[in-house]
Amino acid sequence: MIKSVTIFVVGAILAGTPQAFASPPIFQPGAPGLPSRTVTPEQSISLAGTGHSAADVRFMQHMIVHHGQAVEMGELIAGRTDNPDVALMGARIASSQASEIEMMQAWLERRGLSTRMAHASAMAASGQGHGNHAMEPGMDHAAHGVPSDTPLMPGMLSPAQMVQLEAARGDQFDRLYLAGMIHHHQGAIDMVTDLLAGPGNGEDPQLSEFLSAVIADQSAEISRMRGMLADL
Amino acid sequence: MKATFRSMVSLAALGAAMVACSPTVDDDMSEAPPSRAGLAPGLFDAGTAIWNLELTASVPPPDGFFDLDTVMIPLGRPDDSEGEDEPADDDGSDETAETGADDSGASDDEVGEEETGPGLLAFANSDLAFTGDRVIMGGFHGFNVYDTANPDDPEHILSVVCPGGQGDVSVHGDLVFFSTEQNRGRLDCGNGGVEAESSPERFLGVRIFDISDLNAPRQVAAVQTCRGSHTHTFVPHPTDDSIAYIYVQGTSSPRPDSELAGCSGGEPDENPDTALYSIDVIEVPLGSPEQASIVSRPRIFTNHETGEIAGLWAGGAMEDGAQTAASTVACHDITVYPEMGLAGGACGGNGILLDITDPVNPRRISDLADPNMAYWHSATFSNDANKVLFTDEWGGGLGARCRAEDPENWGANLIADIVDGELELRGFFKIPGEQSDIENCVAHNGSIVPVPGRDIMVQGWYSGGLSIIDFTDSDNPFEIAFFDRGPLGPDALRVGGYWAAYWHNGRVWAPEIARGLDVFRLQPSAYLTANEVAAAELIRFDEANTQTQLHITWPDEPVVARAYLDQLTRSGALDQAALAMVRDTVDAWSSGDADAASLTAAAERLDTATTDAGPSSADARRMAELSAMLLRVR
Repeated sequence: MIKSVTIFVVGAILAGTPQAFASPPIFQPGAPGLPSRTVTPEQSISLAGTGHSAADVRFMQHMIVHHGQAVEMGELIAGRTDNPDVALMGARIASSQASEIEMMQAWLERRGLSTRMAHASAMAASGQGHGNHAMEPGMDHAAHGVPSDTPLMPGMLSPAQMVQLEAARGDQFDRLYLAGMIHHHQGAIDMVTDLLAGPGNGEDPQLSEFLSAVIADQSAEISRMRGMLADL
Repeated sequence: MKATFRSMVSLAALGAAMVACSPTVDDDMSEAPPSRAGLAPGLFDAGTAIWNLELTASVPPPDGFFDLDTVMIPLGRPDDSEGEDEPADDDGSDETAETGADDSGASDDEVGEEETGPGLLAFANSDLAFTGDRVIMGGFHGFNVYDTANPDDPEHILSVVCPGGQGDVSVHGDLVFFSTEQNRGRLDCGNGGVEAESSPERFLGVRIFDISDLNAPRQVAAVQTCRGSHTHTFVPHPTDDSIAYIYVQGTSSPRPDSELAGCSGGEPDENPDTALYSIDVIEVPLGSPEQASIVSRPRIFTNHETGEIAGLWAGGAMEDGAQTAASTVACHDITVYPEMGLAGGACGGNGILLDITDPVNPRRISDLADPNMAYWHSATFSNDANKVLFTDEWGGGLGARCRAEDPENWGANLIADIVDGELELRGFFKIPGEQSDIENCVAHNGSIVPVPGRDIMVQGWYSGGLSIIDFTDSDNPFEIAFFDRGPLGPDALRVGGYWAAYWHNGRVWAPEIARGLDVFRLQPSAYLTANEVAAAELIRFDEANTQTQLHITWPDEPVVARAYLDQLTRSGALDQAALAMVRDTVDAWSSGDADAASLTAAAERLDTATTDAGPSSADARRMAELSAMLLRVR
């Protein structure tokens, strides 16, 4: 039932009412006050194509790693605290960030792009891991003696802080978790803000919605976690 | 490979035989609904289940607004990608190490400013607006206009391409109002990208088109807003028909001041001027729409006692095991009911009731939160404005939320009564959990079906199909008709289904995200008699925007009287003798043989029974309406 495209003859529009034609016209408006032009179905389809910038791709690759640490932090909750609010918040964050990681991976894969950060060994060279595994969420911070104090990117906990969190229990864990996650979320919001400040970034609709969601969800979670931290 | 869809023969009507008009309710018509489980997947040939409806037309998307590859994009990762090796560009990482970890992007050469094909939802159809013999269908790619002089054979007459968001659409006179919210939105509806960091060419807000000349529709205004326009609502001026207002519901994060003066974000304790926690009100001089501008940004979530701007639900679960609700920073949608001076706002973490007698300064008079609600999404008033039905878009519309394991009050309709100006929770309704995990499904947009004497609503449930419910008893809503298709394709969730299902001028109009525009007629059943259907089909409006709710007044016609009588028969509220007597009188009126005395006698008989039925019951209201009608036509 699917037929190939029938070319729409632009000139024909001028001859009469749209109803007179088998193929109704497609108008692309001008800016307000300016006339519209007619386009072919193929041109119309091409108007839906949105590009992604190099910065968009970097953002997605980095955010996968960034989110990965939030999932890892959530996995530390079991056995370290009895605070149900922290457990609930942690589970929620871990599950939403895990599903967003899948979304980001799918977005990159659909475009034939790597889901991993570039500059992997640059990170490795700065002592934050080893080789290509440096970027993986489960950073191997115990294997090399003293963990680094330098976080992989803004808002992430440093390997040293992750070790500290892993060792903490009870009230101390709650504080480190909440403070760390607030910092972590703020880092993600900063990453979005930086991305959107660049020309031509964040125009892909799915990415655009994701950026909005990151700001909205994580801002809301930050204010809730601030409240929880204050109540401890 | 992209195939463009050009035309398709309308699906033949499903051939459901018209049930003979019968003034009585026939129990034999009560058939068990078919199962909606396991319907075969397919784009235009999916399996269907239909109950008490007839599909009269199915108009596929027009050329230039359909792309097979785009429509069939699976959401998330297809199963077969699991375990696949990562694309190998880590191999050269030793070289990038030399350049350090700056952001110069040496390894991004293969990416550049790359044009990709249309993304998920790029051609999705969304909302409808109705004017004269035309239906306007908005969407993520622009809007399409259909001639519906023959409603069962809509003819596509023009397209306007204008990508940039879900394209919520309204109409008034020759003007079409259209929402844009995505970063790709441009003033000229193009896709050349926005070159500067903060470009005046970027457009997020509400566009106004003039469609008076179908050969040359034009954009006449584009009102920028801080958070774009996810949805908008047309609000007539109470007395001056040269002015209208547009309520703008923006759900994106606020734009920076450098891009649009006066915009900023953040929480109000840090930034009292934040563009969050408000709606935008645009005033449109209808004679010169190019002068449309924002006239107020009412803080409708303010705590009336403390003055706190962020005065409503802060987000999160209300109690253990409760749904995680959105925070109330914006309204997703607002339905105004101008004749009642009211609006219902569905605002993330709350449903709210607004007094809009001064449309520029709407005032919140009640609000509701509920542990079952994740995202208050839309609102529909009952015709008498004694109830509001709110939908909950749990999962945002992309998720499968109508499976057997999904809670039956989550992602559902919540019905609230309005008691002394306050919203009070009553019942919930959700379609049965028969949808699969590859069908995006949750409660979505709908409108009132104008059956006198009952509160009936039709709505879309995305890939869960469309459903018609009776919520006359707000504690006990129940389904009376539905239509459902199988998923778009096998194995993976693809985003499709009914964005909405709206009643207008005798038909149900249902924009299908991927498959185009469908039209339905009601079929009489045990739940809806031929008279009730005919009475609903009498109601006509020249212009209708669903979020601008119109008050329905039924004409004094015998079929309306018979609809009430059918309801009184069904409920048993009127005894057989009284029923027979009033029916005979209506029959006589219908054939022009009723005298004033018999009409008066029938009205008095009803008035007596009204008292017995309890003056506030639905049956009492039906009897009172019927009695009043008989007295009017004496």
